[in-house]
Amino acid sequence: MFGPLIAKAGSSKANKTGSWRTDSRPKFLRKNCIGCKICSGVCPEGCIIDEEKNNYSCDYAYCKGCGLCAVSCPKSDIVMVKEKEA
Amino acid sequence: MKEFLEGSQAIAKMVKLCRPGVISAYPITPQTHIVEELAQFVSNGELDSQFINVESEHSAASVVLGASATGVRVFSATSSQGLFYMQEVIFNIAGLRLPVVLACANRAISAPINIWNDQQDSVPLRDAGWIQLYAEDVQETADLHLIAYRLAEDKNIMLPVMVCMDGFTLTHGIETVDIPSQELVDKYLPPYKAPYKLDTENPITIGPLVDADYYMETRYAIEQTMKDVLKAIPKATAEFAKVFGREYNGLIEGYRISDADKVIVAMGSVCGTIKDTVDELRKKGKKVGLLKITSYRPFPIQEIYEALKGVPRLAVLDRALSLGSYAPLASEVRAVFFGKKKKPSVISSFVAGLGGRDITKDSIKNIFSMLTNKERAGEFIDLKPELLQEKYE
Repeated sequence: MFGPLIAKAGSSKANKTGSWRTDSRPKFLRKNCIGCKICSGVCPEGCIIDEEKNNYSCDYAYCKGCGLCAVSCPKSDIVMVKEKEA
Repeated sequence: MKEFLEGSQAIAKMVKLCRPGVISAYPITPQTHIVEELAQFVSNGELDSQFINVESEHSAASVVLGASATGVRVFSATSSQGLFYMQEVIFNIAGLRLPVVLACANRAISAPINIWNDQQDSVPLRDAGWIQLYAEDVQETADLHLIAYRLAEDKNIMLPVMVCMDGFTLTHGIETVDIPSQELVDKYLPPYKAPYKLDTENPITIGPLVDADYYMETRYAIEQTMKDVLKAIPKATAEFAKVFGREYNGLIEGYRISDADKVIVAMGSVCGTIKDTVDELRKKGKKVGLLKITSYRPFPIQEIYEALKGVPRLAVLDRALSLGSYAPLASEVRAVFFGKKKKPSVISSFVAGLGGRDITKDSIKNIFSMLTNKERAGEFIDLKPELLQEKYE
């Protein structure tokens, strides 16, 4: 007899872990972005989608609201906003 | 082929025949000869295996855990402090349901430091989720390794096995041992096919974090599987007898108990001494016998009950303690009969042979003579009271 012992690969994608985000989420202002990719590099979830400059977005299905992207942005072009106000 | 071998050499030869893919261990007396011999086999090309040198027993256990999780047959060996240093990993190996086979050359525990034999190292790990088998002689020690792999790798069991042998007595004693051919061993033990394994082509996680919603079921599953092991052991030994011609019960072995008034219950090499003593006393007309316990985990409760329910007086011989309570084996044998109508009128408990003190035929005769109507709890045999006069003020 076996208990729950094995997890198949892909569970971190299958589980929409953004459901337990803190009370804030990043907002991409898309005004002064220079496309440096620092925000997508530091994101622990890898859920920042970097396209061209001023066109960055975030997959909120996985974002935990840690705020690393906001404090790392050299142009202060990402801000944390309360969930209620988002 | 019959060979005159040191116990460790016999174990190493048997393990070699099991074709482990990864071996990792750290030297510790009295286990060292086993892995020394295996390292020699690997280095001279007789055994196609990776022998991974590590800096500690914790690492040795971790290496075989990881290797086993990739689906390879593994082996490790240790003793005493080494086993305790492995302890955290030992529980993990069972929890991860990995069929690791480990030889434990039973040795006393520090402090004070002592390299000689008792069973205080493996007995406390009875709760770890491992199958624990105790051997009586060198042949049985060697054979149990084969049986261990059969059991561990059974896809319905997938639990680790600790083969316990009394240090020096069985690791350094020299006996005539029948070492089977590779052909026969391959017949008994086919290559290991892991039902789950770490594989980059088909990635899985084994043993991820589980919270209160899942944890209890993982433990319940091991507890239930232990009941399956009780059925699997006699099957594995019956199959063993078919292939190799040597018969073991694998759970318990009764020796002259059918008409006995007094029976000693014991584990390990002391059973040989008890058998000889029983034979001597029987010649004098005393109705005495032995119940040897081979499988300490799972503990064959029903089999022990059936074997001993009609015996008037039982003596349980422990070579380990649970300081502050009844001796471990004694408390478990007592529990077998708790609430039963048919049971021995006396179950006395004796402790002997700690730290390598010899258990002689006289010690055994002493136990039989002390097995009276007065029930004894944790009676130390061959104790030297003159050594207990120390005063520190």
